[in-house]
Amino acid sequence: MDILSVLLILSCLFLLGSSRLHVAIRVVAAQGFLLGILPLVRSMPDITAGIWILSVSTIVSKGLVLPWLMRVCLRNSEIRREIEPFVGFGASLLCGTGLLALAVWVTTRMQLTQSETPAVLMISSFFLVFVGLFIMVTRRKAITQSLAYLVLENGVYGVGVGMSLEFPFVVELGILLDVFVGVFLMGNLLFHLDRQFEHMDADKLTELSDLSESAVAAREEIA
Amino acid sequence: MLLLSILLIPTVAGVASYLVRANSLRRAMWFIAAAAHLVLSVLAAMSPETSSLGDWIGLDALSAIFLVLTSTLFLGATVYGFGYLDREPVAPQPDSEDGSLIRNEPEPVFTGSILLLLATMSLAIVSRHLGLQWVAIEATTLASAPLIYFHRTRRSLEAAWKYLILCSVGIAMALLGIFFIVIAMQGEHRDLTLTALLQQANGLNHKWLSTAFLFMLVGYGTKMGLAPLHTWLPDAHSEAPSPVSALLSGALLNCAFLGILRVQQVCAAAGMAAFGGDLLVLFGLLSMGVAGVFILRQTDYKRMLAYSSVEHMGILAIGVGLGGLGLFGSFLHVVNHSLVKAMLFLTAGNLMARFHTKDTSKIQGVCRVLPISGVLWVAGFLAITGSPPFGTFISEFTILRATIEQGRWIVAGLYSLFLIVVFVGMSAIILKMALGKSQESRTRESWTTVVTPLVFAVIALTLGVYLPQPLLDKLNMAAQLLGGTAQ
Repeated sequence: MDILSVLLILSCLFLLGSSRLHVAIRVVAAQGFLLGILPLVRSMPDITAGIWILSVSTIVSKGLVLPWLMRVCLRNSEIRREIEPFVGFGASLLCGTGLLALAVWVTTRMQLTQSETPAVLMISSFFLVFVGLFIMVTRRKAITQSLAYLVLENGVYGVGVGMSLEFPFVVELGILLDVFVGVFLMGNLLFHLDRQFEHMDADKLTELSDLSESAVAAREEIA
Repeated sequence: MLLLSILLIPTVAGVASYLVRANSLRRAMWFIAAAAHLVLSVLAAMSPETSSLGDWIGLDALSAIFLVLTSTLFLGATVYGFGYLDREPVAPQPDSEDGSLIRNEPEPVFTGSILLLLATMSLAIVSRHLGLQWVAIEATTLASAPLIYFHRTRRSLEAAWKYLILCSVGIAMALLGIFFIVIAMQGEHRDLTLTALLQQANGLNHKWLSTAFLFMLVGYGTKMGLAPLHTWLPDAHSEAPSPVSALLSGALLNCAFLGILRVQQVCAAAGMAAFGGDLLVLFGLLSMGVAGVFILRQTDYKRMLAYSSVEHMGILAIGVGLGGLGLFGSFLHVVNHSLVKAMLFLTAGNLMARFHTKDTSKIQGVCRVLPISGVLWVAGFLAITGSPPFGTFISEFTILRATIEQGRWIVAGLYSLFLIVVFVGMSAIILKMALGKSQESRTRESWTTVVTPLVFAVIALTLGVYLPQPLLDKLNMAAQLLGGTAQ
């Protein structure tokens, strides 16, 4: 369990420091595998059929299908790298250590009474949530945003496993299905983004804003 | 059984819609599903206790109101939708705003998604398990994203992307909040059904419950469009096709609101109503203020309506936050706002179809060109700004009374100020559009495009003069669920 948690933390640091998108996709896929194994390790030795189904579907969806979809999106577009993020990669790593400290602080503040809650897992899960949010706001590419959403969801899932929440099986499966369909739709929209805007820069999606100057200018141009 | 069929009918019809090729058959299915849903919803609402399925799925007074309202709006949008789809060209045509060639989403995808939206909204309303409700609310986002992208323009794509990302992230926060509720139960029987939570509300850890409330307020508040988390809403609601906008503003926002209401209900049972209440009032006032500012400088009438939704979500939050009399006012306002906003968005669709622009400065003399829609446009403006004799006047006034009764003068002052700002902003835009002369010639309006907004307008007007006893009972019971006083 501790090894898994540490691997999750390392994968996030990797994600923060890397500019190559296909590496990022691979890292997120690896996270999917780790998270799929997590509930199995957590509930050893008595693993029910429900837990098996959940693990396998997590691995298949988050570890295989969604990364595959992202790779297809990437292949269809011209981009290979995340260029000029709002926070540089070195600085991102530095922020990452800060976020890790924050995750530790949050976990200790929680003062969980249940001794069976593994602190390391909680730390790594919260770290995943923070890193997901951080990447979401600091990177430009739309495809990175959908990866960030996956990381965030992975974190939330980890928190759930860490608290051994015993959500009813239907709900667990429903959550997984929601995330799966959500990222699938994002992938679908990515195709269209690439075709219609000829770029995938989420920060350039400003045609609709009420605030930005560029939107006003664009509208006047059209008029 | 009733509730099960309420969930199954739109699901089956929705999935089938993706597969059926013939337009007439698919539309017949759409209509039958919508009508059956309304009939069953009304039946279920009349006997809420008998229709529950265990602890997970059931109706109380609160969800009964939401369910019937959603179903009514959906049937209205369905009737309007037929006329709408007929007017939409099948072949690629130039976009009215930037001239690029666009081709609409295929109709099966539209019909299927809108029916699945109804199914997921119904599940969000009838589920009495917080986890299941979360799944349903997230699913509504997924079902509605393709609807927003119906026109396949760059703008609608941008809107759909922002909607999907922001709402998904927000709702992920709500899931964390639900986890915290589990911790708040402190190792007691960990059952997240509403029944169980309310029973052991006294044993809940207050610190954890307040953290949970905060996360769920932020999460579902994003989806409900409370400022400052509303940024996706004007984009999505203005770019979606009009019948979809009507559903998004009139029905879907309510579902997220219900998510917040449920956790506030638990807080109230745990004796923490004031904590959540103050936060709701704060977010509510902020939403009204932000909406007011953006309505004043708005040049796009659909965006104006979207900001008006932000404003009204603020009003709802304030009403619930105040508690007492405010709860009754808030729930009555849910009904009024949904009907009026749906009617306005549908009328805006008629204007769009005739004038081919969303720019307020390019439209004049609607009353002459489209006599029925013109009258509806002005009536809708009066209704949405809370002018008597519309029902919105009563509900907004009830909430104002609640602030005064509680002696919260600052809240009362800001609340009235923002209402006036919005009134001024909207009157400038709408009256200028409705009156004056136009170069366009008078057009005959087909009945499918005006019957729904007309019916909604009549109901909204009636509610201002006369509240039917069954609705009054339900509103009172709903208010009492959250510790409010009966009217």
